[in-house]
Amino acid sequence: MLSMTALIILILTVAGFFMARNRAVILGGETPALLHSRPVYHGGYVCARTAIAGFGVLIVGLILSNIAIRWALYSGLPGGLSEIERDLLVSDGVALASGALASRTDEARQAVATLYGYLSTIQVWGLALLSVCIAALVLARSLGQVAIPFRARNRFERIVQVMLIVSSAIAVLTTIGIVASLLGQTLVFFSDIPVWKFLFGTLWSPLSGVHDGTMDPEKVGAIPLFAGTVLITVIAMVVAVPVGLFSAIYLSDFASARARSIIKPMLEILAGIPTVVYGFFAAITVAPFLRDTGAAMGLSVSSESALAAGVVMGIMIIPFISSLSDDVINAVPQSLRDGSYGLGATKAETIRNVILPAALPGIMSAVLLGVSRAIGETMIVVMAAGQGANLTANPLEAVTTVTVQIVALITGDTEASTAAGPAFALGFTLFCITLIFNIWALRLVRKYREVYD
Amino acid sequence: MTDAVTDTAPATASFHASDEATARLKKRRASETRLRLYGVIAIALAALALVALLWNIVSRTMNAATEHYIAIDATIEEDEDDFLGVVKKSARGAFPYVSGRSAKRELYSLFSDGAADDMRQAKEAGTLETGEAVPMRFLMSDTADLYMRGEFGALETRASEGALTIEEDGKKVILRAQSGAFADALGLAKAGLAREADSLRRQEARQAVGIATLEQRLPDLTGDERENTLAQMTYFKSEQARFAAEATALDALITGDRDTRLALSNRMASFFVAAHGGILKLTEVSAETALAIPLVPMQTTETAPGGAWSLHILDRPEIGRPVKDRQIAILETLKDEGRIERVANWKFFSLSDSTQPEIAGIKGALIGSLWTMLVTFVLAFPIGVSAAIYLEEFAPKNRFTDFIEVNINNLAAVPSIVFGLLGLAVFLNFFGVPRSSPLAGGLVLALMTLPTVIIAARAAIRAVPPSIRWAAMGIGASKTQTVFHHVLPLAMPGILTGTIIGMAQALGETAPLLMIGMVAFITAVPEGITDSATVLPVQIFNWANASERAFDMRTAAAIAVLLAFLVLMNAIAIILRKRFERRW
Repeated sequence: MLSMTALIILILTVAGFFMARNRAVILGGETPALLHSRPVYHGGYVCARTAIAGFGVLIVGLILSNIAIRWALYSGLPGGLSEIERDLLVSDGVALASGALASRTDEARQAVATLYGYLSTIQVWGLALLSVCIAALVLARSLGQVAIPFRARNRFERIVQVMLIVSSAIAVLTTIGIVASLLGQTLVFFSDIPVWKFLFGTLWSPLSGVHDGTMDPEKVGAIPLFAGTVLITVIAMVVAVPVGLFSAIYLSDFASARARSIIKPMLEILAGIPTVVYGFFAAITVAPFLRDTGAAMGLSVSSESALAAGVVMGIMIIPFISSLSDDVINAVPQSLRDGSYGLGATKAETIRNVILPAALPGIMSAVLLGVSRAIGETMIVVMAAGQGANLTANPLEAVTTVTVQIVALITGDTEASTAAGPAFALGFTLFCITLIFNIWALRLVRKYREVYD
Repeated sequence: MTDAVTDTAPATASFHASDEATARLKKRRASETRLRLYGVIAIALAALALVALLWNIVSRTMNAATEHYIAIDATIEEDEDDFLGVVKKSARGAFPYVSGRSAKRELYSLFSDGAADDMRQAKEAGTLETGEAVPMRFLMSDTADLYMRGEFGALETRASEGALTIEEDGKKVILRAQSGAFADALGLAKAGLAREADSLRRQEARQAVGIATLEQRLPDLTGDERENTLAQMTYFKSEQARFAAEATALDALITGDRDTRLALSNRMASFFVAAHGGILKLTEVSAETALAIPLVPMQTTETAPGGAWSLHILDRPEIGRPVKDRQIAILETLKDEGRIERVANWKFFSLSDSTQPEIAGIKGALIGSLWTMLVTFVLAFPIGVSAAIYLEEFAPKNRFTDFIEVNINNLAAVPSIVFGLLGLAVFLNFFGVPRSSPLAGGLVLALMTLPTVIIAARAAIRAVPPSIRWAAMGIGASKTQTVFHHVLPLAMPGILTGTIIGMAQALGETAPLLMIGMVAFITAVPEGITDSATVLPVQIFNWANASERAFDMRTAAAIAVLLAFLVLMNAIAIILRKRFERRW
């Protein structure tokens, strides 16, 4: 029904374009130069206004009415229920009304289903009627504006301008959305649990023994997760920084053009491989390999060891570090190199004493961005690292990370409203930490950037 | 001054020519070589990682490219509905000697549940031959398929020299062979026992350690705790004694002489004797005689001369593998009769997810990815390009546009899982977008891809020289006309290249989609953007987590398909860049 409505509005829009254009052509008659704007702009103006009105009403109406229906459903529920029961009741009722499977059928659920069916019928028909009417109205009105002196082009260009501004504001809206959605749930979570227990507690088992969504503040200590994240990140950087940096140095100052043309695409391929593939590689190949190697040397290596996840994550970050470092090393002007060679320095000395110091802020920021990536990386650790919160600095044992726990909480069997609290709190922490690293990286580049020429 | 120069000249000469200087120079050159070497090693390591990764995927994918079918005759009634029943009936017909419930169950589980699908489809298409017995091809189950690929170890064949006398003894058969033909088998079985005894001894030692620790703790304990500890110690001691007794019992078996028959268990390697077209499984063995049960019956019980019979050994114990000895006997018989066919696995592209690996395919995930990418593109491309146009061409230099810039750069570095949480909280919970639908996935991925598109589009727009703009304005175009009629078309190749690269990233993204419920097990092919769906990377994740081993190679195959798409997209981007991008 709603897609039908959208189609009708689309037809109105297209019709509006041609009607307005024809009208302008007729008005112009023998001397089209009389028109202030070319006919196509009259068409575009009518078309744009109709589309904005029609689709705007449809989308905004859909969102608002969905919220209203939800509110109506919840306020119609019998009293004395916990939040989880209310959620379940409503979702079952909605499922019943749309003919899907519900966890149970009883009178209260039937009532919800009936109410939902009734309301959604009103919603669909009302919205369809409203949006088509308004689109038609706007179409008629703006069609009436078509006249010889009408400044259609300027009006149309203003509409385009506004749409461009709105588009670029979406980036800001996204950030606001991230912060608001994370913060909202996080604040709810911290209203029950003190922040310091979360940040400095050493026992993480938030869902054990949870009744009615209340958690034990002693069991939400995220230190083991932070420690696991740091451990895996450190291992990843130990792999990625030397390999990435040395390959960047080799590429920029030693490699022939031919070697460069082979090596650079190879690193790009490494960068383009999806993380889920790295995760598969870590879990199926690297982890068993490390476990067997360890066993052969008499070490007991967990099959979900931090080492396996860290090494593979390091491989993932190599191209990131190498391409960013390559860029900054290449940005060091040739005159500096020539000056150093002129003084009799060898290539290695030039790199060590001239190029690296000049490129250091850029390289540091590449490393920081790499760290930020490692902290936020999810699939490799979900597939190859452990689930149990284990506070250890031994890379051969299984540890868990912030991202693993977010995935485990959200995709687990626990009621969504219960698991969301700790998950969003972890998400917010993750967002803040990576944001700090990103800003730090940008600052570093900006502050220490050498201005040449 | 001149004096000074003439004075120092020999000094510098000696400074550069002395032994010290040569040594210094050597050191400097060595450090140069070292740095170059580090670079080569770093690149070699990266290349090694890439090759290992790709080799892993490719070698497993090769495995998934074919699968095994069993060819047997089947008779199908006109109005047949229970096609799985047909499979079972045909199996019974082909192997009449398999009797007993558990034996039959083992026989049936050689066939996949999907073996009946071909018949069902043929019936729907009206091409099913009914009435008479016709040769049919039934899909093998995953464990049987894995056995055929040698995943549980290969059957090892020992030469048979002497003659084998066969004597029936009730249900069992007594085998006799001269010159210690079974000595190898006996040795292997004893080695297995020795391993088991070792493991028992280790467990015994572990109990001893436990007892020692408890004993140390004992003096400090009082009351209930002491009682509990004592009880635990008693338990440990009884276990210790049990392990010791079992190990000793095994020792007695191991040291038994070569003519006493040793009873074989499913914890030891399996031994088969093939003779007269039948396959026997050994249950007791000594160096020259053995007791066996026929899994596939022999045609006669005459004495088999040397060379006409053979001993086969499978090292992995029956208990440690899902494929049973009887199944192996049947499969080997089928193989000898040439009734096992290896067929290209095109089904992989026409079936959707399933709990059974042999009938799982990626069609649903592919279509789901397609819908999701469609939504992502429809949202990210116009919005991204509009934002880039505004920021490059129209935006005044003020705090607001600065803020937008900083925002875009930051969004590009926000972890993808955070976008998933945003989608969960805003699109699913607040706006009520259907869970695990391509619409929800596409919305989240569009927000993620947006910064990439904007950054690429801005670079492309910036690369268009200002002379183009001046020329357009000079002939009276408005600012908007200039941008849309002249700048944008010239920047388009660059914008498209950036967009395709952004879409390729989105195609491989998994984490945010887990957050919005795309991890659910969905067998239906989505028909629109609001249906429940799964996407290729999430399918890979689900299969990688599945416990059945046969999913491994299918995971790799799905990865290969995903990588193929990524390569294709990147190739298009490169071609676009090479052919259409203009340099001024």
